[in-house]
Amino acid sequence: MLWACILLPQLALDGVVRRHATPDEPLALIAGPVQRRVLRSVNEAGKAAGLRAGQPLSVAQAICARFDAVQYDAADVDRWHDFLAAWAYRYGSLVSREFPAALLIEVEASFRLFGPWPRLEAQMREDLRELGFRHRIVLAPHPWAARVLAGVYDGLAITAAHPLQQALDQLPVARSGLPADVASSLGRMGLRHLRQVFALPRAALGRRIGEQALDHLDRLRGALATPLHYFQPSDAFESRIEFNYEVSSSQSLLFPLRRLTSDLGAYLAGRDGGVQRFLLRFSHERGAATELPIGLLAAERDPAMLFEVARSRLEQLQLPAPVRMMELLAHHLPPFVPAGRDLFDTRPQQAMPWEQLRERLRARLGDEAVHGLAVRADHRPERAWQTSEANVDAMPRLPRPGWLLAQPIPLRDTHLRILAGPERIESGWWDGDIRRDYYVVETSQGQRAWAFRPPGEQGDFMLHGWFA
Amino acid sequence: MGQLVAIDSLLDARRIWRGRPHARPPSQQPTGWATLDDALPQGGWPESSLSELLLPLDGVGELRLLWPTLARLSQAHDAGMIALVAPPYLPFATAWANAGVHMRQVQVIHADARDVLWATEQCLRSAACAAVLCWPLQADDRALRRLHLAAETGQCLGFAMRPASAAGNPSPAALRIAIDAQPAQLRVLKCRGGNPPALPIPFAG
Repeated sequence: MLWACILLPQLALDGVVRRHATPDEPLALIAGPVQRRVLRSVNEAGKAAGLRAGQPLSVAQAICARFDAVQYDAADVDRWHDFLAAWAYRYGSLVSREFPAALLIEVEASFRLFGPWPRLEAQMREDLRELGFRHRIVLAPHPWAARVLAGVYDGLAITAAHPLQQALDQLPVARSGLPADVASSLGRMGLRHLRQVFALPRAALGRRIGEQALDHLDRLRGALATPLHYFQPSDAFESRIEFNYEVSSSQSLLFPLRRLTSDLGAYLAGRDGGVQRFLLRFSHERGAATELPIGLLAAERDPAMLFEVARSRLEQLQLPAPVRMMELLAHHLPPFVPAGRDLFDTRPQQAMPWEQLRERLRARLGDEAVHGLAVRADHRPERAWQTSEANVDAMPRLPRPGWLLAQPIPLRDTHLRILAGPERIESGWWDGDIRRDYYVVETSQGQRAWAFRPPGEQGDFMLHGWFA
Repeated sequence: MGQLVAIDSLLDARRIWRGRPHARPPSQQPTGWATLDDALPQGGWPESSLSELLLPLDGVGELRLLWPTLARLSQAHDAGMIALVAPPYLPFATAWANAGVHMRQVQVIHADARDVLWATEQCLRSAACAAVLCWPLQADDRALRRLHLAAETGQCLGFAMRPASAAGNPSPAALRIAIDAQPAQLRVLKCRGGNPPALPIPFAG
């Protein structure tokens, strides 16, 4: 197995910048308690203006008059981590987001599909550049080794045990992922590189640095296999963008919309699915949120197409108030069927099997909207049909109407002509007793109806069906 | 004037328009009613297109007219589905089965007035259905044209049941038949590929 580690050194900042309308202006993430705000990370423009990570907010404001301060949000970072794990899922089925701000992907199994590692790596880098996340990628035979090497190198690809040992040997102890106190005590012993640590007798080393640090060294070399928690993509996509100002024109919503739809497209490609219906929700300062459902004729996942469709709907939308937050929700993610055809298939291009059509209808009309019909061996008309499929019993060929009214209604017609009947239907003393005389009658307008009245009476008919 | 031109060379030059160049091929979808088949120019339902049935009242025979076709379609090898979109009443399975329709192939789709056209278009376009019957409450000619194009795309028979009051409105359907209750007869209002028959067709059953 070969593990690719994608380290995301600026995950929090990239997550904020990529949906920011003006990413070229100075911008800083701030964190810490209210009394002591500290800059957590700063973008390129901010660095050029003299801002540094770790500065107190008051100092930063003194250095640079105008910069955008965005509150650091751990849940937001978690969401981006999840999003990227879902993206990585397209390159391998074993994806782990166990380490903070890093992804581990087992890629050896994917080489046959995506080509050798240099090609796969180039594709990943291309994707990440498009998604707007800075990254470092390292390939190694063990996940822990990949993670530790990614902290030092970028673009390193190690596929065999011997080069891995060499690379680990050269690793400084301080960057080896060992706990800080262990690393510093090793440093005080004069051990600068892992080669020196590996050379020590194991038992003696274990007494000095403890069992856990020893395990860590074993994991680096692959001598100890520790199972990882693998990522499972969720069955729904939800993403949102909050604005720290009010957006009132739908034109200025297009940029965040493009981000949302391309994220959706990336997510769908990762789980090899499509989307047929999704919802855009616009939240306002006060009042109910505006919802814009978007339905497609077929499941799609091309980001450009999703954006075009959403944009055409958005442009028709009248927003009642300025927008503070925009959300994209997609809960039904049907399998994506690319438009491909057999060489000799004469069916039309949009052809889809009935099952898929039924799902599409149910998705929009409700779960109960589509059903089949079957005959039941019961004399009572209300019970002589059922919505599911069942074995069909032969029924005697008596006159029965094609349409049945759900509820019998009085048939008001003074010039009824009785064509056939009466036919006594009397059954069901065990569940819903009925006792009726049915007639085939013709109304004065020439309609043929199936109507009944209680036995022995000459009153009005109750209409129960139409012979159409 | 003195020069004689052979008619064959004139025709081969394709400079003369000849009224009706080709008759359409006969339809593969007979209606099951011999008198109606004889009256229609293609001898059956127009294939891959929308047909319109105009009904003055409930219970005048639209099912009697369609049952032979539906029975044939549902019994066919490799049969597609028969979709009923927003039927006005419950289809009484016993009667449909007695008419020879395999109920396994029949699917009922309930949709409210807004979604009827959407659901019908989806069914027509999908090519999963052999026939789609719909009861649109409001359908203008644009909506019907969409349905017609969807039927062409999906290569299936579309039937739209509409009130007789719609007979005066233009319609893109390939075939329009009005059903009269008294006397029981069919009037072909429009049929693609020929003039509609002048006389109504008796429809007693």
